[in-house]
Amino acid sequence: MSEETKKVLLVDDEPNILVAIEFLMEQNGFVVEKAYNGEEALAKAKVFQPEIIVLDVMMPGMDGFEVARILRNTPSSSEVKIIFLTAKGTEADKINGYSKGGDIYLTKPFNNDELVMVVSELAEYG
Amino acid sequence: MTTSIAVFSSIVYILVLFLIAYYADAKARQGKSIVNNPYTYALSLAVYCTAWTFYGSVGKAASLGGLTFLTIYIGPVLIAPLWIFIVKKIILISKSQRITSIADFISSRYGKSTTLGIIVTLIAVIGIIPYISIQLKAINSSSSILAYQSDWLGDLLDGSAFYLEKAFLIAVILTIFTILFGARHLDPNERHEGLIAAIAFESIWKLVAFLAIGIFVTFGVYGGFEDLFSQAYQDEELSKIFSINDSGIESWSWSWLIILSMSAIMLLPRQFHVMVVENTDPKFVEKAAWLFPLYLLLINIFVIPIACGGLLHFPNGQVEPDNFVLSLPLYYGNDLLALFVYLGGLSAATGMVIVAVIALSIMISNNLVMPVLIQTSLIKESAKKDLSKTLINIRRVSIVMVMLLAYIYFKYVSTEYPLVSIGLISFTAIAQFLPVVIGGLYWKNATRKGAIAALLSGFFIWAITLGWPTMADAGLFSPYTIENGYFGISFLKPFALMGMDGTDHVAHSAFWSLLINVFVFITVSLNTKQRQIEITQADLFVDIEKYTQTGGDFEVVKRKAKLDEIKELMYRFLGRESGKKVLKGFAKTRKIDLSKMENANAEIINFAETHLAGAIGAASAKIVLKSVVKEDSISLEEMLSILDRTQEVIQYSKELEKKSKELQATTSQLKTANKRLKALDELKADFVTTVTHELRTPITSIKSLSKIIYDNEDLSTEKRGEYLSIVVRESERITRLINQVLDLEKVQSEAAEVKKEKIDFNDLVQKTSHGLEEILNQKGITYDFNFPEGVLKTLGDFDRLTQVVLNILSNAIKFCDDENGKINLSLEKDNKMITLKISDNGDGIKLENQQLIFEKFTQLSSQKLGKPKGSGLGLFICKEILRQHNGEIFVESKEGEGATFVIKIPSLN
Repeated sequence: MSEETKKVLLVDDEPNILVAIEFLMEQNGFVVEKAYNGEEALAKAKVFQPEIIVLDVMMPGMDGFEVARILRNTPSSSEVKIIFLTAKGTEADKINGYSKGGDIYLTKPFNNDELVMVVSELAEYG
Repeated sequence: MTTSIAVFSSIVYILVLFLIAYYADAKARQGKSIVNNPYTYALSLAVYCTAWTFYGSVGKAASLGGLTFLTIYIGPVLIAPLWIFIVKKIILISKSQRITSIADFISSRYGKSTTLGIIVTLIAVIGIIPYISIQLKAINSSSSILAYQSDWLGDLLDGSAFYLEKAFLIAVILTIFTILFGARHLDPNERHEGLIAAIAFESIWKLVAFLAIGIFVTFGVYGGFEDLFSQAYQDEELSKIFSINDSGIESWSWSWLIILSMSAIMLLPRQFHVMVVENTDPKFVEKAAWLFPLYLLLINIFVIPIACGGLLHFPNGQVEPDNFVLSLPLYYGNDLLALFVYLGGLSAATGMVIVAVIALSIMISNNLVMPVLIQTSLIKESAKKDLSKTLINIRRVSIVMVMLLAYIYFKYVSTEYPLVSIGLISFTAIAQFLPVVIGGLYWKNATRKGAIAALLSGFFIWAITLGWPTMADAGLFSPYTIENGYFGISFLKPFALMGMDGTDHVAHSAFWSLLINVFVFITVSLNTKQRQIEITQADLFVDIEKYTQTGGDFEVVKRKAKLDEIKELMYRFLGRESGKKVLKGFAKTRKIDLSKMENANAEIINFAETHLAGAIGAASAKIVLKSVVKEDSISLEEMLSILDRTQEVIQYSKELEKKSKELQATTSQLKTANKRLKALDELKADFVTTVTHELRTPITSIKSLSKIIYDNEDLSTEKRGEYLSIVVRESERITRLINQVLDLEKVQSEAAEVKKEKIDFNDLVQKTSHGLEEILNQKGITYDFNFPEGVLKTLGDFDRLTQVVLNILSNAIKFCDDENGKINLSLEKDNKMITLKISDNGDGIKLENQQLIFEKFTQLSSQKLGKPKGSGLGLFICKEILRQHNGEIFVESKEGEGATFVIKIPSLN
């Protein structure tokens, strides 16, 4: 694990899921910020400048794909690592997710260890 | 102005006509028609406006006939919109049958009857000759007025001998013109472009001339309309000119005059000629239908002003009203304008004479002379001779004859009558064609015998009520019968048949002749049978649109002929050159080689017949062809077998049509069903995706948090407790979701068999709300429940409806204000519906969401709750249940002001 602390932004409209992920991230030494919808996520990304974003797709209002697109088109966040974490689990959904600018595509319900591993790997090696 | 100036101006004017006609003919030969446009067509129709219009309208208006002169123009204007149907149809028929005159048209419709051709021709000649003669009269008198200074030419043309009379000279010049441009060569279509160009020019000239004199009188002599009319109003006699009522002619006569002019505009031989025979494109009729009425309007604008002017200037009758148009400019010494106006009158008269004479000569030669010649041995003997020269000579002789007759009538009768009267007598004669023409176009059962009887009886009535008495009035016969009736019987007075006294003579005659005509036409037609050829022609005329589309017709008579004989016949009547050309064109379009054929088939025979019809009339062509064509009338057996086959084919095609309609219907039903299935399928897929998502979400938190608890034994008790409580809540969420999905499934599958019993809705709501009072009190929510007295009966499922009320009340509890929650409930009933209203004082629901919340899986997140607790199916289920009870549920809300859910259910009386 890297010497400097990495920042992770968690985005999901389900507060209970965020509770779980927040615990996992903090346990592994990440600094965590939470957002409950797309608009909030974009605003926090600007201020918080995370290295990694864990992003839900199906949210009321702006969905995760749209958030990813805007992040990629904004200079300050174009390099951020995006992990889609979603209940949409078909092959087509995954391919769509990657085409929208996602680095990793994980489905719900997720495995705790896998999520921690993926985030850590991305944080260290990009 | 001197006689020589007047006469030479007339001659120069007619020379100009020659030049125009010659130029147009030359252009036509080069294939650059100058008349092939709707404007020239509409102008050529204005041949309707004769010297009668030019001089007579003012004359009629000024002899205190008031506005009566207008009837002659109101009729055409009223009927013009219908031209698009009637005239277009006549043109289509005439072009396909090569019909060249009104006589040919009627003869052709009723089985190519020779008899009818002769009758129509005779009626037309007798009816029109007086009309032509009044044009000569107008030219004669107008030129005399113009040439008030007699000089050497005036002395010469003193009328001492008939050939030294102006009218005679004019008649001679017009005859030459008509022969040159109307009968120079034989055209199977009877189209004369030069002539039409000249007529169009004349129409422009007479309009401009009449407008010029109108403007001169109104604005030159007087200070405009206001000045002129105010002077006229001051004269008590003169003011009648503006009135319909004071004209001494009642609406009964008005109506008849209008009907007469309606038929005249289409059926006068010259109108039929320019409108139908010379027409180059049926579409022109559409433009002419409004251009021509416009022309009539323009040429009538100044009639009343000129009449007023004339009467004010010549109050003591020293000038005949018919001559006001000319006398006014002369009175003011404006000789040049007078000359111009005189030439306008000349153009109106010559235009009518030329076209009328051509139309009559075509009828005389094709429908009168030819049938007679063909049936006598005269033509049969000279079998090998080229007859086209003979034909054209017959035509020329006819022209001379008509002109001569008109001149004679002018000399001995027409001088006694004003212009208008004689014109109307002609109109009435021609109106006799109206029933057989209209009947022929639209009534298949009209028979040849019916038409003959109708024309003869109508014409007979015309003759005894107008024709004969007019001549008697003119002093040709004793006026005894006019006063005492025919045979001295007072019921048979020519102007008062059956004691119908006191009406206008023309209206009287029109009424009786048309009444008898129509009556006889219908009665005889209904009681006589049609011959085969009549049936064929009737079909062709009435259903012409169908025939022009499909092209073929049904041959009932098998006709055979040697091709050589057919060729020979065409060469004889059309001339060798044009006959060859016509046949060559035919062979080319049909892609057949005539040189290799020995026998002419039915198609060639039909073709020959229509072309011969163009040259010698339909009836004559039929007779001529009979000499070379063998007609095998079809035997009864053959006829029956043809009919059988046709019947079968018709039956079969009807069945096919029915089947194909059924197939189409089925296909479209299948398409709709398929669309619905697809939509349902998509809905189902949506539903599954949504349910899966809704299940995965709580499972995700449960799985992740349980694993955290399991992996981290050192977790603080608080954290462990918090996580475990989330796990429990999310598990409950899953359970609730599963229950509601099952519930929804049940509601929907039970839809057909929801058990409906008589229940008391008041009782139901009260029980349900009482059950919730404990929770309300716990949460500190104030509530106000208003129940009516008594029973509110409805038909329904008690449990399901309870579920609805419970759901809505729970929602109200969930969403009402946290601190000062307040819930109102009211229940009331009008005559049909029971209405339950439940309102809370929460955040309310945005307008755009008020429908959405009743859809599946729609949840509105509330700020304070973060996430509502629910499956998103509750309201959808409520809606379903109410739908099954014929009720409804909706929400009324403003954002921030709470929401009111309204439930309506039918009440049972």
